[in-house]
This record gives sequence, C-alpha cells and structure tokens, in this order.
Amino acid sequence: MLSEKIKQNLKNIISKYEKKESAIISILHEIQKEKNYIEDSDISELAKLTELPYSKIKAVLTFYTMFNSKKVGKYHIQICRNISCHMAGAKKIEKYISEKLGIREGEVTKDLLFSYSTVECLGSCGTAPVIMINETYYENVDEKKIDEIIEKLKVAK
Amino acid sequence: MNILLNDNFDLKTYITNGGYNALKKSFTLKPEEIIEEVKKSGLRGRGGAGFPTGLKWSFIPKTKTQKYIVCNSDESEPGTFKDREIIHKNPHSIIEGMIIAGYAIGASKGYFYIRGEFAREARIMEKSIYEAKEAGYLGKNILKSGFDFDIVVVRGAGAYICGEETALLESIEGKQGKPRIKPPFPAVKGLYGCPTVINNVETLASVPYIVIYGGENYSKIGVEKSSGTKLFSVSGPVKKPGVYEIPLGLSFKTFFYDWLGGMKEGEELKAVIPGGSSVPVITAEEAMNTKLDYESLQKIGTMLGSGGMIIIPKSQCMVELLYVLARFYHHESCGQCTPCREGSGWIEKTLNKILNYKAKKQDLDLIVDISNNMMGRTICPLADALAMPVISFVQKFREEFESHIEGNCKICGK
Repeated sequence: MLSEKIKQNLKNIISKYEKKESAIISILHEIQKEKNYIEDSDISELAKLTELPYSKIKAVLTFYTMFNSKKVGKYHIQICRNISCHMAGAKKIEKYISEKLGIREGEVTKDLLFSYSTVECLGSCGTAPVIMINETYYENVDEKKIDEIIEKLKVAK
Repeated sequence: MNILLNDNFDLKTYITNGGYNALKKSFTLKPEEIIEEVKKSGLRGRGGAGFPTGLKWSFIPKTKTQKYIVCNSDESEPGTFKDREIIHKNPHSIIEGMIIAGYAIGASKGYFYIRGEFAREARIMEKSIYEAKEAGYLGKNILKSGFDFDIVVVRGAGAYICGEETALLESIEGKQGKPRIKPPFPAVKGLYGCPTVINNVETLASVPYIVIYGGENYSKIGVEKSSGTKLFSVSGPVKKPGVYEIPLGLSFKTFFYDWLGGMKEGEELKAVIPGGSSVPVITAEEAMNTKLDYESLQKIGTMLGSGGMIIIPKSQCMVELLYVLARFYHHESCGQCTPCREGSGWIEKTLNKILNYKAKKQDLDLIVDISNNMMGRTICPLADALAMPVISFVQKFREEFESHIEGNCKICGK
C-alpha cells in the first residue's frame, strides 16, 4: 500500500518532468525511502494512480539495482566489492558484517533492523573499503568502525 | 587551472573567487564565438572518450527548436571518483559551465544526471542550483541578457551503463538505461528527440576558465594535443590516494613519487590501470616510462580514459582482480547485444574456473578469443570495456594465469 503522503506528492513529482513517464525513477526513490522496498502491489497501485502501464514501471524497477523488490532491513548495508575495495579487503569486511549480524547476503536480521548486499563500484575508491547504509556513505571502514556504526544504528533504531 | 584549489563550496565564496564572471563575459560574446574559444582551447571530453568538446558543440543545428545540455555525473567507472570531488568542492563551476554551454548551443534547459548512490551530492547540486537561481544566474532573462536557462537534477538508481550517453538519455526519459543505436547522434536527436549535448562534469567545470582566459591560453597548459589540466583519482595502496589536478603531459614517475608519495610500506608496484577499469593495464616498467596524456598513453597501448588510476601492488593476484572486473561487466551488461551479454558471462565463468584451479590451458586462449569477438560488435562500448582488460591482463601477466592452471599460485597461496 502506498502511503497518503506519497499519493499526495505524486502530482508534484510528475510536474517536475516533461513527460509523466520520466518521473518513474524519482517516484520509486520516494517509495523506497519510506518503506525500504517496493512490493508488487505498490507497482499495481502506482500504475492505476498514474495511468502508466504496470509493465513500464516494473521494467524500470527491475533494471536499476538500487531498488529493492524484496524486503530489506531498516538499515540496508551495501558493501562495495569492486577492484579498489577488493584490494583494500572488501571480502573481509563482508565476512565480518555477515558474522556480526548473523545473516547471509539477502537475509534480514530477526529484529528487522539490518540486511546487506554486495554491490559494484560506489565511486569512492580513494577511501576504500567503502560501505553505504541506506543513503549514507561510510569510507575507510574497518572492523572497529563497523562495530561503532552498527551500535549507533541499534540505539537510534 | 585549479578546479579543486579553492573550496568554492557556497555561492558567496565562489563569487569572491571570480565565479560567474565567465558567464557575464559570455553574454558579451556571440554563441559561435564561445564555441570557437572552446575549439581553440583543445579541451577534450573528460568522461573517458576524449572527444573534442568544441567540435561536439558545433554539431548542434542552428535552429530555434528545443535543445538540451545534459551534464553526465553518472560516475560509475571503477577507480573513478573525481566528479564527486568537484561537486563537493566547486559545484557552481559545473552550473556556470552548463549555463555557458546552454548559451553557446541555444539550449534553454539543462539536466544534471547523477548516479543514484550520490544522494548527498544530488542534494548539494540542488542547493547550489537554488542559490544560483536566487542570485539571478538561472531562470528567466539571466543578468538581463534575454537568455533563459534552468537546470533540473535527475537521479539514477544504480546502473553503470547509464554513463553511456544515450543510455543516460533513456534513463532521464524514465526508461531502462539501454544504449541507442547511432546514428542518429544526440546532437541531432537526443533527449526527447531534440538536439542534445552531453558533457562530463569535469568538462563543463573547465568551461568558465576557458571563457575568462581564452582558448589559446588554456591550450598552452599541458602538451600539444592534450591541453589543459586533468583530474586523476588515484586508488590502491599508495601513500596518498585521492583526487589530483595535474597538467597533462606530467610524467607518471613524478606523479607517483612526488604527488602520491609512492607505495605504502611493504607494498611494491606491479601494474597500473591508468584511466578507469576498462582501459588496458600496463606494467610498472611501462608506467614509469610514460607521460600522462592522451597520446603518450595511446602510444603504449592504453588510454587516459576517465583518469581513474588504479595502482596494483605485487601482493595482488591478477587472476582474481580480472575476475572481479569480469563479474562487474557481466553484472552491468544491459543485455541488448548478444556478444556482450553472453560474452561477459562466459568470460566471468571461465575466469572463475581459472581462479579456482579448475581450468585447462586452452581456457586462457578461450577468454582472449571471446574478447576479440566482442570488440566492436555491439551498440555501445561496454563489451570493449571488458575485452580490453582481459586481453591486456592475459598478455602482460600470462605467468600468473598459467600458475592458476597448474595449481600453484604463490600470491593466492596454493
């Protein structure tokens, strides 16, 4: 179900673009920001409200890797695994996060707070290894920093 | 040129440092005079392809129809993180460059397309555009010149391919980012079917300087066909990784020792990828004897690309690094063209076999053969972007690949 806030904001977002269709990515970002993932029923609802074909929205959703079509944690951690981060120990970072949270890639912790995925270059190679939690970058991370970040997020909930 | 010298973060500081004077000067010139200055400067596209910027602008028809300027800030090429730095330190130089470009080609609207992950950077640009609008540098009748121009920030959502200019246009239009068949080129039929110029962030940020000091003066920086300064983003185990602005033609050796401080304690240089992950790798020896400009790097069989320089130490296994790159290109292939979609998957699988000591000797020739059959046979250069690293890695570090086939890689410890 789309929230009232999103529904009311639709027209506003669409008005920024020259064509209705061009607003799809932006709308999907807004939905994801609110509920962290986008369900099939959201697409159907969006298609009805915007009078855009379901297939067009679904095609965009599945093409772009930032959109989650499966449930993720409140804090979704993206671990960069590309060349510079790889050389700086990205594999170890993944292993550490996986063991610390007791989940594998794609799983969500029991308290629904955390999940993680490995991703391609985040464009911050000079401060590798890099992870991204929701929309925030954390650079030059190591085990100690990860401990601190996760503890902070647990307290913040 | 100093794209990064001052922390021109807010409008006030930017103006104190001479910001928007280039725009004022532009309005005293005819659009074609600006294009002429940019041509004279020798500025080449800083996103990777190195196409002459002035020439690109001159392809736009002189009609009065709707035209667009698009700034490509999709920065996703592994090893490249220079545009992000410009956004952090000097966002108004990009905006000023976009307005001048718009005036030169007769476009009243600009799109700033930024990769989805750069949420903070998108906010910085939105804030800076707001500041510029409030001060009258954007909007209707800018500085009473009669010229209207506006910029809209559009965020992507995680797709390397959207850095390819026609895929980027598809993405702005709200579709899957699949490159278009060319011709028609964007200068004729671009965004929403209208004539469009797509320039990289660094390219546009260089434009105000050229307008103020003149194309000829700009062309005096650097070397002959590689004029100006270039940002290099350096990653890997050097003492001082980061983003540096250097005059083109500087020797790698000087850059490496004097700017980057050499390798970190305990590491030894083995190889360098000079311009982002898709350009051919060079050995330490080749690197030490080259200069950093378009022609010098081309002469030794590689490219300047985006300036995303990746430093590889002896402690890293080349087989594993190439596997990491192949996995990336396979993941990012949009799937339109068979040679790229199938070839990248096949290479990734075969490299995985080699990496895990399960391959036969002929598998090594196989990945080179697949690469040769991918090159130049697709709509966009993503296939070449994988083929070039594969061919160069295998050619220059063949013994490391052979050790994985024989089952005794010293670096991986087997």
